[in-house]
Amino acid sequence: MDRPAPPAQPELEREFSERIAADERIEPRDWMPDGYRATLVRQIAQHAHSEIVGMQPEGNWITRAPSLRRKAILVAKVQDEAGHGLYLYSAAETLGADRSRLLDLLHEGRQKYSTIFNYPATSWADVAAIGWLVDGAAIMNQVPLTRCSYGPYARAMTRVCKEESFHQRQGFEAMSVLAKGTSAQRRMAQDALDRWWWPALMMFGPPDGQSPNSAQSMAWGIKRFSNDELRQRFVDATVPQAEHLGLQIPDPQLHRDGEHYRTGEIDWTEFQEVMRGNGPCNRQRLAARVRAHEDGAWVREAAAAYAEKHPAAA
Amino acid sequence: MTSPLWEVFVRSRRGLSHTHVGSLRAPDAHMALRNARDVYTRRQEGTSIWVVPSSQIVASSPQEKDSFFDPAGDKPYRHPTFYDVPEGLTHL
Ligand SMILES: [Fe+2]
Ligand SMILES: [Fe+2]
Repeated sequence: MDRPAPPAQPELEREFSERIAADERIEPRDWMPDGYRATLVRQIAQHAHSEIVGMQPEGNWITRAPSLRRKAILVAKVQDEAGHGLYLYSAAETLGADRSRLLDLLHEGRQKYSTIFNYPATSWADVAAIGWLVDGAAIMNQVPLTRCSYGPYARAMTRVCKEESFHQRQGFEAMSVLAKGTSAQRRMAQDALDRWWWPALMMFGPPDGQSPNSAQSMAWGIKRFSNDELRQRFVDATVPQAEHLGLQIPDPQLHRDGEHYRTGEIDWTEFQEVMRGNGPCNRQRLAARVRAHEDGAWVREAAAAYAEKHPAAA
Repeated sequence: MTSPLWEVFVRSRRGLSHTHVGSLRAPDAHMALRNARDVYTRRQEGTSIWVVPSSQIVASSPQEKDSFFDPAGDKPYRHPTFYDVPEGLTHL
């Protein structure tokens, strides 16, 4: 065919840089630097893994939800998280990654998921706290990603963010019910906040000074705000909500500073430990994920066998 | 013999997904793409085109529309508007 010769490397690089500089989106068939592609695959896969592993702490409470209403809401939320994982694995596949390979990497412990999901949900109030704080933090992280330079990731995030809003609200609502309830319920709510507050702050990643890949991600338009900026926004948004609930943020150093709230020092050694696999539930979460995958193998095999026998099935 | 039918999807600009714009007849994929450009993007309506053989599209049937989509009908709690947000609170 009369295809023109592909442009030379320097020209491709220049085009890519110009697109990024002009805040245009990069689409799957565009040329992109290997590092850009690899960074996105890693980040999107990690994000996808977090969505599906994140189903576990809350999924654990579906059968024990305190009312049919709460149960229906929780099922809907956990189902959404599965969907978020699927959107994200699809986005990763537009970069040439293979979904089953990514799952293998997760199962072999070679790709990570968010440290937050290595904490246990020990009471019903934890389900409320997760929706309010963990989904709240996820929204802070994800909203800027709707403007990420890679088109398919940005579009997946737009969908996800639309759905997240209900996750956070149902959590806050459940938390309000407990906070306005009996003294035992109030204690449960406070206890959940005490345990989830710091891990939620860690969701934004290490402090800016210790986040070596951030600068490149910012330059590539994958990241729009630094870890500390997003964390600060989350704190500023959440402290008044806790005050409204009449709950105490577990940080004696928390104080107001003009328009902001400043927190005490985050225990980054805890974060590193959980990253390294030594959080309260790392082994349990990974084992449950692997078990779910293996237990589901016969379903995948049966579906494939059926498709082979009935090629025209529609 | 008439040429096969192709469904045409156009990305109007970078950052947006491809959207279905219509269909056309063409003997092969290459021609379908060329024709799609001429039929659907004469005024620079697009920066990227997909053509898919219409026979490859699997569609839900209008007859089963109700039973197919009903399950989502009684789940208003999937929407943020289902929940009250206390007056004066933001970022919820
Ligand atoms: Fe999610
Ligand atoms: Fe969520």
